[in-house]
Amino acid sequence: MTTLTQQPRAPTAGTPTPKAPSRTRRARHRREAGLAYLLLLPALAVFGVFVFYPFAYNFKLALYQNPPFPGLPSRYVGLHQVGQVLSSSSFVQSLISTVFFAVMTVPVAIVLGLLLAVAAHRRLKGIGIYQTIFSSTVVTSVAVAAVVFGTLMDPVNGLLPWLGINPHPPLLQNPTWALPSIAVLTVWQGLGLSFIVMSAGLQSVPDEILEAATVDGAGAVTRFWRVTVPLLSPTIFFTTVVATIMAFQTFGQIDLLIGSQAAYLHANVLPYNIYQTLLVQRNPGQAAVLSIVLFFITLAVTMVQLRVLERRVHYAR
Amino acid sequence: MPADALPAAPQPEEVHQAVSPAVSHLKAPDAVATRRRSRRRRRLRTIGAYALLSLAAVVVLFPIYISVVNSLLQPSQIAHQPPPLFPTHPQWHTYSDAWSSGNLGIYLRNSAIATLIIVAGQVTTSILAAYAFAFLEFPFKRTLFVVFLATMMIPFEVTFVTNLTTVTDLGWYNTFQGLTVPFLAWGFGTFMLRQAFLQVPKDLQEAAVLDGYGHMRFMARIAVPLARPAVAALAVFSFLSAWNQYLWPLIVTGDNNNIRTVQIGLKLLQGTNPDQINVTLAGAVIAVVPMLILLIFFQKQLVRGLTAGAVK
Repeated sequence: MTTLTQQPRAPTAGTPTPKAPSRTRRARHRREAGLAYLLLLPALAVFGVFVFYPFAYNFKLALYQNPPFPGLPSRYVGLHQVGQVLSSSSFVQSLISTVFFAVMTVPVAIVLGLLLAVAAHRRLKGIGIYQTIFSSTVVTSVAVAAVVFGTLMDPVNGLLPWLGINPHPPLLQNPTWALPSIAVLTVWQGLGLSFIVMSAGLQSVPDEILEAATVDGAGAVTRFWRVTVPLLSPTIFFTTVVATIMAFQTFGQIDLLIGSQAAYLHANVLPYNIYQTLLVQRNPGQAAVLSIVLFFITLAVTMVQLRVLERRVHYAR
Repeated sequence: MPADALPAAPQPEEVHQAVSPAVSHLKAPDAVATRRRSRRRRRLRTIGAYALLSLAAVVVLFPIYISVVNSLLQPSQIAHQPPPLFPTHPQWHTYSDAWSSGNLGIYLRNSAIATLIIVAGQVTTSILAAYAFAFLEFPFKRTLFVVFLATMMIPFEVTFVTNLTTVTDLGWYNTFQGLTVPFLAWGFGTFMLRQAFLQVPKDLQEAAVLDGYGHMRFMARIAVPLARPAVAALAVFSFLSAWNQYLWPLIVTGDNNNIRTVQIGLKLLQGTNPDQINVTLAGAVIAVVPMLILLIFFQKQLVRGLTAGAVK
């Protein structure tokens, strides 16, 4: 990254001759810098107002306790509120649900995406149609997926009674099954992205290696474990990181299919918890504390990614 | 540790250990018979591959397929067990019901407006910023670049608490400004276009200078056209994420039907019509069709954008 930013570019306004008075050169540099800031301004304005300001403001909000009735001034309580939220059983439950959800969805989506990508990675007539089909779930929105799977899991209209599965209370109102059911539709929805990324990774595996392995009598299973998986390990790793971050941002499925029962049904994942705390309990202070926690979880996952990325670059040299 | 496995070649010893009997047979006297046998085996394997792929395709498509079927049935038929796998008397009116009484026509228009604003905004701000990072020298360049990258580490779920207040204070609650302005810049888009701009040959830039091109003309006439694949990938990726947004439209659109996007429309359909499940499903099909069209026509760009997004 460092080398890229430092790449020298020829000054566009003409190559300065050594004898050119340094004053005009300085003026030119100033003009170039002025243009650069002008070009950065629109993006920086949006980032400033809608990314950095609210991010920093969370830390202030977290220190103020909101009154039980709206309209009254909030009270400075320092870190008291942070401790209060973090030690509450509802927060712990929420954190457990969030992690549990990521554990249920990420590995499955990745393994299925990888298997589909391996299956579709061959020269066959019409393979493009299969690839489009396997990619297709990437374009379905969370609302569409929720409506579709909400119907499939419905105790009256769904498929489950026909299959002889009819838990009581019904799947999406069941403390044991609500979150795993949400996980099923999330995996389906994430399959497209997982397939696309794995397919792109497979394309960079030289065909000769797989062919050599085939000639040497390696069966499909051996080829998969001994050649494909090791060569794809960077792709698999990065997809895992991205999918994990995405899993920690799960909101729509919970809102559409479970709603305010989330806490009772052990499905109160962090983003939904923030939403509820802000808009139902009307408590921005506590919502800010939860937002900060969510940020640090994302940061931790990203740091792991960057460290391994660094190591990967060393190995590649 | 995945990094260990990276060296481009697999461990050759391991691959060669299994010396294949098939290779030694090749020059045997009954070579013709062997070849015929192997051809038959290959054909069987091809059929097997098609069978496997088709099975997987059926599983992946099944939820959407059954939803299309259910959207064309009477509600009483949907509850029938086993569920019908084909609509014998398709009820096409469910689609017009979803369109008009479910307001999906208006919601689709709203989604289209909001999405186009966001895509245009993200592409424009990303081009401008990426140009500065790729072609210009200025103080604090590296710091500012890190600032842009840092935005990618702050998910929207972390900032919406205050953003809702900001948008309300600006008088943008329930408006298209409120729906779109927070997304008019995208750190990842800037990063992706900067990478593309860095590929522009330096000679071209020098030639442009000789021709008296200023920066803006060089950007519009040479840099952007050369980076067109990356710009297209960014636009398609941005379209997909803007169209499918859920959290922000949910909290910022309030009760205004003229702003609400199609995703929120689906939530309303689902909530208000528990006994009209066919209409709700028709709404879901209507909402996903524009995206399927996007997938079919821009699959290459979409894949480019998504893979860049997932790996970088």
